[in-house]
Amino acid sequence: MSAPEESPIALEVDSAASAAAVSRPRTVLQMLVRNPSVCFGGVVLVVMLLTALLAPFLGTIDPSNIDPIYRNKVPGTERMLRLDDGSEVPITHWMGTDMLGRDVYSRVIYGSQISLVVGLAVAILSIAVGLTIGLVSGYIRWLDGIVMRIMDGLMAIPGILLAIALMSLFNAGLGTVIFAIFIPEIPRVVRLVRSIVLSIREEPYVEAAISVGTSVPLILIRHVLPNTIAPLIVQGTYICASAILVEAILSFLGVGIPPEIPTWGNIMAEGRMLFRVFPHNLLYPGIFLAFTILAVNVLGDGLRDTLDPRMAKRLG
Amino acid sequence: MEHFKVRRSGTLAKRSQRTMLGFLVRRILATIPVLAMVALFVFFMLRLTPGDPAAILAGDNGEPHQIEAIREALGLNEPILTQLTIWLGNILQGDLGESFFFNKKVTELIAMRVDATLSLAIVTLIITLAVAIPLGVLAAYRHGSWVDRLVMGFSVLGFSVPIFVLGYFLIFIFSVKLNWFPVQGFKSISDGFWPFLHHLILPSLTLSVIYIALIARMTRASVIEVLNEDYIRTAYAKGLSNMVVLMRHALHNAAVPIVTITGIGVALLIGGVVVTESVYNIPGLGRLTVDAVLGRDYPTIQALILVFSCVYVVINLLIDLSYTLLDPRIRY
Repeated sequence: MSAPEESPIALEVDSAASAAAVSRPRTVLQMLVRNPSVCFGGVVLVVMLLTALLAPFLGTIDPSNIDPIYRNKVPGTERMLRLDDGSEVPITHWMGTDMLGRDVYSRVIYGSQISLVVGLAVAILSIAVGLTIGLVSGYIRWLDGIVMRIMDGLMAIPGILLAIALMSLFNAGLGTVIFAIFIPEIPRVVRLVRSIVLSIREEPYVEAAISVGTSVPLILIRHVLPNTIAPLIVQGTYICASAILVEAILSFLGVGIPPEIPTWGNIMAEGRMLFRVFPHNLLYPGIFLAFTILAVNVLGDGLRDTLDPRMAKRLG
Repeated sequence: MEHFKVRRSGTLAKRSQRTMLGFLVRRILATIPVLAMVALFVFFMLRLTPGDPAAILAGDNGEPHQIEAIREALGLNEPILTQLTIWLGNILQGDLGESFFFNKKVTELIAMRVDATLSLAIVTLIITLAVAIPLGVLAAYRHGSWVDRLVMGFSVLGFSVPIFVLGYFLIFIFSVKLNWFPVQGFKSISDGFWPFLHHLILPSLTLSVIYIALIARMTRASVIEVLNEDYIRTAYAKGLSNMVVLMRHALHNAAVPIVTITGIGVALLIGGVVVTESVYNIPGLGRLTVDAVLGRDYPTIQALILVFSCVYVVINLLIDLSYTLLDPRIRY
């Protein structure tokens, strides 16, 4: 995400500034790389992404492979696994097995896929939808009142509650979970975008654009949209963290992704019955979940401090 | 906070009273469209989903006669506007419908369970304010020191550790290993104060962590801002102790944002109640919500969303109204 790639813009500015050879950060990218929060969050997130992508190659076995003989084994149990072709390989259950004898390590690694997909999808969708609604409602006066009343109503329903209620309407699945989590996030984005639009539309350059006859869509895209990018990146990061959290809560409560798919919330929901004796079923997915959310939140704080100093100052 | 203006000039007492009354009325009236919107959402949520709502409610193995019975019970055969009027009329009369799953009036169900949730919320609020405000003030006072960083670190951590992860962690340590608290369950206050508190400490602690994180952070930011004011320097200059300056001068003047965020945080609290009650097996409204969703008990779900949202809106209304008491500069 925040991997220090050399973008063309950065290169251009670099060459211009190279003569001065200053140690002060010159580009946004340099500022980001120097921020410890961005680095920590970014690195953890990249590692999690790689884990999710490379799940089959990380010494995992089929996460839904049931083995009644080896159920509820403690972490570190070694045994021979019979493969489909009849050969046997030695494996170690690093995180033990669950009550059906499935390998917790494999389930936790595969579980990262769902969490990241939900987090990213919800962040992107809610930003896209919220941005569109916010831009339009901030610029078109008569629409503003109606849209904001709807958003106020939506915001009055506590987010997790709304997501849980929406899940009762659909058959549980990845798409419906993403939908249920993304709806409650929209009003926050709309409010943010709208407040930016309202302040930008008073700027002299917008007035100038109006006076030379620029059309409204063009003004929105060319003059207003760029001002929303930095705050939206920050907001998107926080939405991603909260979406990962809500997905886990939905799975855990049994109203999210169907239990046969390994997600961190599902592993924990199944592990809770025997957790007094075998806490590892709750412990490992819990650590992964908390650590991932922490990394995304820390990344968000770092991005806020570098990209959006005004907001950073306000929130301390 | 867009809806009020701070006027510093001394206006006539009579006029300010009149405008304040005007504000109170306007602020109270402003909640009506919000609540109406919530009611519309709740109503249309079921009706506008693709497919037949009665079939959705009947579940995957719904027989045709069951679907027909549900349709009859919900009045789904009527035109949609008639349905809406009947439904709104019932709500205004305090009739929240009948639960499919529990075969009871939803209002009765809620009355039976409100006790547990309210107890949990109140104990959580007490713990939260007792911990978060001193932490926030301390962090602001020692701005930039390791104490400050520790509080901020805790705050980020508090936002990130999911309630159920924390809940099971606390149960494992304090109930299973140390045996200090009961693992799960709830005792009403009528069973004695100590058993009541004994059962509630762990759940409240679990639920308060995210709330503490939120309020400590806001307290810190708000107090830091106030500490830069001239009157703080004056207070120190006339020889007041740290404690008096921080508590009387700084915290008092920093109160408005802290109270605001406490109100906004009620949304977190409501979401948290749902999870905490499931972890600790507390028979409250949160547990009822989950049971209702699992049983596709739509009248109950609708009623619970309405009740929770009303509570949230009304609490924030009261908080807005309390500003006049907290900050005499605010005149509406």
